[in-house]
Amino acid sequence: MNRDRWWKFQSRAAPYLFVSPFLVIFCVFLLYPLARSLNLSFHKTFGPRHAVYTGWSNYRFLLGHDVLFGLAVMNTAFYTVAFVAIEIPLSLGLAVLLNSRGVRLRNLFRFSFFSSYLVGQVFVGVIFFQLFSPDGLVNQFISTILGHRIVIPWLSSPAMAMPSILIASLWLATGYGMVYFLAALQAVDPELYEAAQIDGAGGWDKFFHVTLPNIRPMLLYMVLIGTIGGFQLFELPFVLLQGAGPDGRGMTIVTYLFIMGFGAGDLGYASAIGWMLVAILLIVSLARFRFFSREIGA
Amino acid sequence: MTRRIGLHLLLICLAAAAILPFLWLICAAFKTPADLLNSTLLPWHHLDRLTLNNFRLLGDRPFGRWLVNSIFLASAHTVLVVTLGSLGGFALAKYQFAGKGPITVIMLATLLMPPQVLLPGSYELMYRLHWLDSYLAIILPGAVSVFGIFLFRQAMLGVPDELLHCGRLDGCSELRLWWDIALPVVRPMIGAYTLLSFLTEWNSFLWPQIVLQTESKYTLPIGLNGLTGLPEYQHNYGIVMAATLMSIVPVIVLFFALQRDFISGLSSGAVKG
Repeated sequence: MNRDRWWKFQSRAAPYLFVSPFLVIFCVFLLYPLARSLNLSFHKTFGPRHAVYTGWSNYRFLLGHDVLFGLAVMNTAFYTVAFVAIEIPLSLGLAVLLNSRGVRLRNLFRFSFFSSYLVGQVFVGVIFFQLFSPDGLVNQFISTILGHRIVIPWLSSPAMAMPSILIASLWLATGYGMVYFLAALQAVDPELYEAAQIDGAGGWDKFFHVTLPNIRPMLLYMVLIGTIGGFQLFELPFVLLQGAGPDGRGMTIVTYLFIMGFGAGDLGYASAIGWMLVAILLIVSLARFRFFSREIGA
Repeated sequence: MTRRIGLHLLLICLAAAAILPFLWLICAAFKTPADLLNSTLLPWHHLDRLTLNNFRLLGDRPFGRWLVNSIFLASAHTVLVVTLGSLGGFALAKYQFAGKGPITVIMLATLLMPPQVLLPGSYELMYRLHWLDSYLAIILPGAVSVFGIFLFRQAMLGVPDELLHCGRLDGCSELRLWWDIALPVVRPMIGAYTLLSFLTEWNSFLWPQIVLQTESKYTLPIGLNGLTGLPEYQHNYGIVMAATLMSIVPVIVLFFALQRDFISGLSSGAVKG
């Protein structure tokens, strides 16, 4: 009888017991800080101890007067657009090559391309910090091709800061994108290609009229995660340029949040920057959603 | 035939370009300061000059500590996030309980938030708890992943109800059902998720950089970022490369151990999603 009641109790209580450790930590360390960040964004703070309520002034200053924030948004947006525009064709191209008929050692190639993704952004920054140095491997390589010694100031000139970041992050991410595209390509029904073949379609026709429409969901997914990741860029430029870079050309939104919050000690202002990032990502998602739903409607 | 050879040549060139930074890194880690300046990859005519000295010099820095710290934090993170996520995901997938709907909606909403917006609020909380410079500040907030719980929920929806019912008739407690039925069914996904969690924490930089202040408590990314900026290693960077190499090798080994699960788990999830 007693055992019976225990049995009923444990089956009734089970879901609550299972979900509660997760839920408690989620509320204390995720929801609460989220609410605090929102509240802090209406304060001017000096370290974690002193806060003065200032209403909307953080946001007004960010949007109206803060030149550095404008620079950070411009840099981040430029990086994101350039990254997505280059990474997706590269990853897709690699995936198509690797998916061609008769490729030997496919897994080995796939691993060679993918392996750079295992290296974290910080370590990529440390490695490319040396590769891009004045006598680094990249300059040596270019000098060899040109036949005379050339020193490109990759990391110290304002104009080259963004291209350096892009090259390093493309090395990191292209193989990762390729794995996704390869999976999508392998899921395309081979009969569609045979049908196209019978209709007399050439290689490019097949790519544009069979492959692309069939991997469209994956394409949109890659654009979305590329965009979200791009706007959150921080570690790679921060390590590669050891801070905000020459003339702040490597300053991203998150770098600015970090500097204001944990260098200058104004947690309130940093919160406001964080919520601006939320707003930007929300606008991006809505824009994509409208674009996507129009596509479905058509 | 020529087309196939051309295709393979192209692939080999591209793969070589992709792994060139790795090759350069491995070479640099074993070179003397003089050879770092004079040779591109290896000093081919003086291979006897290659040295383990860079690894030995790492002893001057608390590099061993950083390595141990990173292994500890990444392992703790992985164990917690997999345990709590699979328990919670099991409850969300296979039970009806009060509050399930609102909980799901709130969690999904937080998935849309960039995690960086939490930083100021979390920092203030850690300051009040006196957890700054303590691993508690890294382990506890990292113990739950909303992405993870939904991954487990999604996978565990596929656990047959009949199987759970039979288990109950045989006298299994609900916890045994989780351990003996639900977890084995989603095993391939656990492999992929374990690797992904370990990788994320191993490479994590921003939050530990904010929280940790004592050099002996640093993790590898924080320690290495600090070394990179030091003027003394500007030209004599073999030591930094030795440290980087040793930071990358563990995750590559782990990847090889779990790679079958990982690539299939990654791509199957992607195609379904």
